[in-house]
Amino acid sequence: MAHVTNKYPGESRWKGLWYLLPTLLVYLLFTFLPILETIRSSFYQWDGFSQNRTWIGLANYVELFTDPKFHNALRNNLVFVIFFSIIPILIGLFLASLLSRRAIPGFAFFRTALFLPQVISMVVVGVIWRWMFNPTFGPINLFLRQIGLDVFAISWLGDFTWALPAVGSIGTWVQYGFCMVLFLAGMQHINEEYYEAASLDGANAFQQFIHITVPGLRSEITVALVTTIIAALRVFDLVYTTTRGGPGESTMVTGFLIYRAAFTNNRIGYAAAIATILTLIILIISLFIRHFQQQGSEESA
Amino acid sequence: MKYPWKKLFPRYLILIVFMLVVLVPIWGMFTSAFKTSTEVMGGPFSLPSDWSLANFEQAWRVGRFNVFFKNSVIVAAAVVISSVFLSTLSGYAFGALPLPGKNWLYPLILIGYMVPFEAVIIPLYNLMDSVGITDTIWALILPQVGLSVSFGTMWMASFFENTPRELTDAATIDGCSRWQTLWYILWPIAKPAVTTLVVLIFMWTWNEFLLALVMVQNEALRTLPVGLAFFQGKYTANIPLMAAGAIIVALPTILIYILFQRFFIRGMLGGAVKG
Repeated sequence: MAHVTNKYPGESRWKGLWYLLPTLLVYLLFTFLPILETIRSSFYQWDGFSQNRTWIGLANYVELFTDPKFHNALRNNLVFVIFFSIIPILIGLFLASLLSRRAIPGFAFFRTALFLPQVISMVVVGVIWRWMFNPTFGPINLFLRQIGLDVFAISWLGDFTWALPAVGSIGTWVQYGFCMVLFLAGMQHINEEYYEAASLDGANAFQQFIHITVPGLRSEITVALVTTIIAALRVFDLVYTTTRGGPGESTMVTGFLIYRAAFTNNRIGYAAAIATILTLIILIISLFIRHFQQQGSEESA
Repeated sequence: MKYPWKKLFPRYLILIVFMLVVLVPIWGMFTSAFKTSTEVMGGPFSLPSDWSLANFEQAWRVGRFNVFFKNSVIVAAAVVISSVFLSTLSGYAFGALPLPGKNWLYPLILIGYMVPFEAVIIPLYNLMDSVGITDTIWALILPQVGLSVSFGTMWMASFFENTPRELTDAATIDGCSRWQTLWYILWPIAKPAVTTLVVLIFMWTWNEFLLALVMVQNEALRTLPVGLAFFQGKYTANIPLMAAGAIIVALPTILIYILFQRFFIRGMLGGAVKG
């Protein structure tokens, strides 16, 4: 925040507090205190309705770190980082570089269409893709059979090997348009003279892309990384509507594990421990990426 | 201006392919909603023989989407109005008013913007349960406001910080109180920032799933996304009916996105994506 004083002569220095108070109360009650309460609950054993909560120290965390189901869920979240974040950012960079620096006719239409999955409810996205992946009448398998690839017309969301990449690719579908639009906006701010100088020095299009465009998009790539990685780590709606973590535990993710532990198995303390770890991971990753970005921009300044 | 069409053609082709990958599944679902159950077997991308609204009628009445729709509208309206009002006040406090403790209060509120819903859902449920308001509309509205004001405060604070000081100085000299300056001088020029905030909070609230799934067991209080998720469990094989339900859920956000695209994209590119 700026360090100017906004106080006018004769005005109370507490003036702003009255304007902040209603928001602060709502925020403390419905967001901040629940965060603290989640952390506190993670040290207890509690079924959610009985009177006695038992303090068990770090036992929930000890169980968590030795629980193969948690390891599996965390590993699946990491696979989703590839599908929700890495692949969409690469596709986004590729598409943005195709549109290059000059606006081409019809650009607005492409932008509107490619951004569309971002605004649709993830439950609707899940419904659409369960239909697309349906083994008997889904468009993907109908197409595969049509071109004679019947062997590949499998039950995508019901297959122990293929369910995870299938759900992951839905994440790719949601995110790549967002990344492209983000990078295109950033490319407007790159000085055209850099490209002119580079062409004079004989740099080809690919070299210009690597040495001018990518560094110029540093802050946009950061935003894309933070938002898509967070989306991959806290995914819940999509898994709930497509596979519910199945078959077996093959698409189980930490968000769903929290839901199941708390509201199906009535293990509040254990669920709170998973939630605490997930939140910590998300906070560390976003702070780390932002710190890394700031360092980078200071060096280049 | 002349365009080098020959050079642009391959680029167009690639763009069109990636655009079709996005649009074809949405289009297929859209057309299915107008088909009969026999028609839908005739190929996923064939057009319906007559664009009948029978599936929408059935989803609306039998599937109770009329009830879910009403709930979603009430929750979204309440959350948007109260969050935007509260965020304007607190953003004003941070951006333009004297406020002791600004330097630790601001990060405190920012935390709410970074944590996922999963981090708060369990205590929120117990809190609502202990005061006996789970299974009421309040259990859907209050937590959503609590999480929305975090981003809202940040968004409005940066707007008020960037408005020229001369404006408020002049208003004060003319005898405006802080309250009057906010509503008569600053609010009218805040329209673009407020519009962005309105469309983003509307979209997040409309699409919120976990909160509505956990807080409400009574079918008559479900919002559209939760209603659709249960509907899917019941009518897995009835594609036209499910497609109609999916369109009822998605259409309002799509329409608002197309109408307010500029505001949407500006907000979301500002790092304002939240799941």
